[in-house]
Amino acid sequence: MEDASSPDRKSGFNHSLRGALGNYAALVAALVVMVALFGSLSQYFFTLNTFQTIANDIPTIAVTAVGMTFVLIIAGIDLSVGSVMALSAAAAGIAMLHWHWPLFPAALLAMAVGMVVGLLNGLISVAWRLPSFIVTLGMLEVARGGAYIATNSRTAYIGSKVEWLSNPVALGLSPSFFIAILIVVAAQLVLTRSVFGRHMIGIGTNEEAMRLAGVDPRPIKVAVFAICGLLAGLAGILQCSRLEAADPNAGIGAELVVIAAVVIGGTSLMGGRGSVIATFFGVLIISVLEAGLAQIGANEPTKRIITGCVIIVAVILDMYREQRRSRRA
Amino acid sequence: MNSIPLFRGESLGKTYITPVLSEVSLDLNDGEVLALVGENGAGKSTLTKIIAGLIRPSQGRMLLRGTPFAPASRQEAEQHGIRMVLQELGLIPTLTVAENLMLDHMPRLGGFIRRDVMNDRARQMMANIGLEDIDPRTPVGKLGLGHQQMVEIARNLVGDCQLLILDEPTAMLTSREIDHLFSQIAGLKRRGVGIIYISHRLDELQQVADRVMVLRDGRHIETRPIADARQDDIVRLMVGHDVSDQPDLTGRSSGAVAMEVRGLTRGKGVRDVSLSLHAGEILGLAGLVGSGRTELLRLIYGADPKDSGEVLLDGAPVRIGSPMAAVRHGIGLVTEDRKSQGLLLPLPIRINTTLANISAVSRHGWLRPAQERAQVTRLDRMLGVRSTSIEQPVGELSGGNQQKVVFARWLHRDCKVLLLDEPTRGVDIGARSDIYLQMERLAQAGKAMLMVSSDLRELMAVCDRIAVMSAGRMVQVFKRGEWTQQSLLEAAFSGYLAAAPGPPPS
Repeated sequence: MEDASSPDRKSGFNHSLRGALGNYAALVAALVVMVALFGSLSQYFFTLNTFQTIANDIPTIAVTAVGMTFVLIIAGIDLSVGSVMALSAAAAGIAMLHWHWPLFPAALLAMAVGMVVGLLNGLISVAWRLPSFIVTLGMLEVARGGAYIATNSRTAYIGSKVEWLSNPVALGLSPSFFIAILIVVAAQLVLTRSVFGRHMIGIGTNEEAMRLAGVDPRPIKVAVFAICGLLAGLAGILQCSRLEAADPNAGIGAELVVIAAVVIGGTSLMGGRGSVIATFFGVLIISVLEAGLAQIGANEPTKRIITGCVIIVAVILDMYREQRRSRRA
Repeated sequence: MNSIPLFRGESLGKTYITPVLSEVSLDLNDGEVLALVGENGAGKSTLTKIIAGLIRPSQGRMLLRGTPFAPASRQEAEQHGIRMVLQELGLIPTLTVAENLMLDHMPRLGGFIRRDVMNDRARQMMANIGLEDIDPRTPVGKLGLGHQQMVEIARNLVGDCQLLILDEPTAMLTSREIDHLFSQIAGLKRRGVGIIYISHRLDELQQVADRVMVLRDGRHIETRPIADARQDDIVRLMVGHDVSDQPDLTGRSSGAVAMEVRGLTRGKGVRDVSLSLHAGEILGLAGLVGSGRTELLRLIYGADPKDSGEVLLDGAPVRIGSPMAAVRHGIGLVTEDRKSQGLLLPLPIRINTTLANISAVSRHGWLRPAQERAQVTRLDRMLGVRSTSIEQPVGELSGGNQQKVVFARWLHRDCKVLLLDEPTRGVDIGARSDIYLQMERLAQAGKAMLMVSSDLRELMAVCDRIAVMSAGRMVQVFKRGEWTQQSLLEAAFSGYLAAAPGPPPS
């Protein structure tokens, strides 16, 4: 726009572009290597079936991982997302089955339930200055219990009303998938282009410095947990659609898969650093790994061992990458 | 007394970026107490930390009983019988008194601690300093600060100790505890232990010290027997005669009262402090470390809750319960510790600059990158920030340039009142004059500034008035021309001279 600032702008842009490519290049490379590896190990890997398995797997994890990325950036953690998925799906199930609501308002209800739980997580940890690890660990149990009560501990079959969200509409991809992509893009814009995103990064870097600069960290932290809950609620609906049912046992252990995806994407558990796009690549890596290992006939224990090792190696590699970057800069 | 001193230091010096200690030599004899005095930053701590092995000297050498001695660590110095009681407590609050006393040599039997033996020894050690009534099984965190300090001292009074360094040992002690400490020091002297004693309390020195050594600006000024040193002599030696040339500040005229503080109090740190600050004025806040200056700024800024008192802006009382409220009311704070409280070190200059006034570079919650870059670039040019680009992380900048970024933040916010806590600490000379120039410009633009500094010459150079705090109280306010370095320093010590321990009479 203005010519005066163009030299700085250009270098700033190059700087960030090079940084961005550098960041994603490692993730893309890891993904390509994995696809090639599984392709050579199994003749069935490059098939529509595999592709659909992966594409179906992605939306639930991706949507939750977006919220988790935000939470990790403010140096928090949310362990309750798996239970929140089940609870909000149960709420939507009741609305559709007993009150005969259409899908759309039921989905809004699910998100509202998720948001309320997230809001509680945020308010409790901010008001009493508790570590979010503890608060959300408690909420993991509370929300799961709530899901059992709401469903009478039975899987409630819903059927065609929710099915279409998971059925392919274009390029073999479902509306769920497009919703997930939309949310990833929107969240990346919020993170990098909005005041809210700027404040999240600042709080995760040094909360006291933000406070002394006159920015109140508390409402921002509460909002981040509310967003994370809301997205977990949305993920609950997406998963409900895949299962065509509200299952009180849905999403058990999902928080670990989601955190793994976010960390593989390079978001720091110490806060202050992260990217939603990188998280999406992390989700892809986890999903491809899962599908690929199933393809080559790995049994469940082997799958878990390999997935665990990949998580650890990814974090070690990310640490080296970060060190190299800070030395170079 | 034999001819070889217990300890000799020859031309000791330490240089970081600038020299903080140069060409200091000293002798310490067996059974002698050498008092070490000087202003903040005179080099007392550096000198004693070199002797105790915490810092390695850049120049000079040390001799212990005539043999060269160059400890690489505190542990090595302790093996040679040199021990230092640090000002900051090195105790672990959750462990018991006995465990803290014997942290590195707990009596053991086959890997298990022999608690009975340990507690007996600890009881003996505490009795040595007159605190036999403290149960060695008490967790240290449950003791008062004075007793904690005594435990720290007891830990270092072990049998093989030849040279003991005490850094402000009485700062937190009651008079009864001080008596015990002094009788313990007398006992150590009889045993032939040499003691280096750092203190701000000049009246104490007459009681415990044999000789007094004065440091100023990292140099040795004079050492004389305590009998020949009157308190005002010592103060004069600490200050020095040379009063640096002061720039003429005509053309600056202060306006109406911008901020008034009435009876601000928090615990014992800040007691009933009142002051008024005019628009276009730079008011200095002098005092010794721990006199309550930083605490006062934090109270005004709402960073800590106050017990009582009020703040008025433009004559109207305002409620400032948080830094957010302070910033809303147009008050900015440049913190003493910019690395942990001021800046977001891994983030770029650009983000750090616009932090306090993000609405100037955003619309409806969305950032406007072009505007942000333009504004930050303009401020950086004005302040002369040296960096590769505005995208450089502030953690990579020099101290002076980091401080300029903090200033840029508050210029961006356009505050009415600026609270500055040691704004030139760790800032090189060149960047300092840039910062003074900026303060001068702000004053001319009608901003009010309250500036804490431990550098009296700096305060005398840039301030219109200087208020002096001592032991949590505001003791005196000087107008330009009324002060001398000596009068300022006397005021700074005054709260501590009145019968030393306990709160001074009000």
